[in-house]
Amino acid sequence: MAPRIATDPADAVAGIADGSTVLIGGFGNAGQPMELIDALLTSGATDLTVVNNNAGQADEGLALLIKERRVSKIICSFPRQSDSWHFDAAYRAGEIELELVPQGNLAERLRAAGAGIGAFYTPTGYGTELAAGKETRNIDGKDYVLEYPLHADVALIKAHTADTLGNLVYRKTARNFGPVMAAAAAQTIVQVDSVVAVGGLDPEAVVTPGLYVNTLVEVAA
Amino acid sequence: MSAQDTQNTLGPNEMAALVASHIAPGSYVNLGIGRPTKVSDHLTAEQGITLHTENGMLGMGPAAHGDDVDPDLINAGKIPVTELPGASYFHHADSFAMMRGGHLDVCVLGAFQVSATGDLANWSTGAPDAIPAVGGAMDLAIGAKATWVMMQLFSKDGAAKLVPQLSYPVTGLGCVTRVYTEVAVFGLNEAEPGVVTVHSTHGIGFDELAERLDVPLVQA
Repeated sequence: MAPRIATDPADAVAGIADGSTVLIGGFGNAGQPMELIDALLTSGATDLTVVNNNAGQADEGLALLIKERRVSKIICSFPRQSDSWHFDAAYRAGEIELELVPQGNLAERLRAAGAGIGAFYTPTGYGTELAAGKETRNIDGKDYVLEYPLHADVALIKAHTADTLGNLVYRKTARNFGPVMAAAAAQTIVQVDSVVAVGGLDPEAVVTPGLYVNTLVEVAA
Repeated sequence: MSAQDTQNTLGPNEMAALVASHIAPGSYVNLGIGRPTKVSDHLTAEQGITLHTENGMLGMGPAAHGDDVDPDLINAGKIPVTELPGASYFHHADSFAMMRGGHLDVCVLGAFQVSATGDLANWSTGAPDAIPAVGGAMDLAIGAKATWVMMQLFSKDGAAKLVPQLSYPVTGLGCVTRVYTEVAVFGLNEAEPGVVTVHSTHGIGFDELAERLDVPLVQA
């Protein structure tokens, strides 16, 4: 089914319930769906579990969700940055739970969720404190850690261009987590710089096929 | 290369130049944040090295300035960069699959400590009040065909960072093959497991090095 075309970011995120697990695309600010995050903040949704590579920068986007204590748990690889003061404050106050995941394991756990994989063995993290208590296995002389997929209720991602069927094209390193998050969530909400008519995208250039996309909203760049 | 120079230690740029000169032509390389980033300044066009950045790009060019800055084009340190002709983009899972799958030739990383058997500590000092952050450190450590480290061998108080066993939290086990420092270049597990081969010395002699390190050393 073709995605719903929302009238604005507030309309796009209107169905997100309290307590949802929300994947938020972006690596730093590249590919971070700022307008969707702002709309989520305005919507009042709270007690969220958020998955993002980082834990917000400065005074915008994800950082503001954390500042307003809407995020009860964050699953990320690199929360500590020079401008992550809102996360730092929430963490030190014991007001946000952190699950720290090596970056490649984070990406692969999302990929596994979208691909129907039950769990996978990865060499990353073996013998470290981030693998403490996890199942391990030696396969052909090499040690691996068992990691589980990371499913979510909603993904908020940003792409460059979509057609009205939800096929997505990204731009440069802003692609980052978009394709795997789009597949890992039950509902995928995408903000794009522009929506074009069917036939307006080169099928060879489509990175995320429209079947993964539930809601589209155009946000002028 | 078992040169002994007892007069001059290596500065950061000289160390970076030495690492760059040791990367085989045509290699696919990931340079970690910090000291390793300087290596790119010393790679020559003739070497034909392709740089990988784990946020999703091969063919990364130099840092971007002025009108070339594009917020959609950054490196793993979130610094604006440029793309070279022949560059390619891919998503995060592909980028780490590329690394974990052993498709990159060399990864150069910084370190707090390296053990004689090649264990790496570079993601956490274990300080109880620090906010933990790992990023791609654990993936980078174990993914490439060769993992090289650049670090100061001796801290300000004289303590060596090439150690019999790590005292800092582990990033990866048995993964480091070569260590570049201000006073020596080391190969790990080359002669035999746990024995450190000294390939060159800079501003120090082999005997003094052997005296100051608590790991078994052999000359190349």
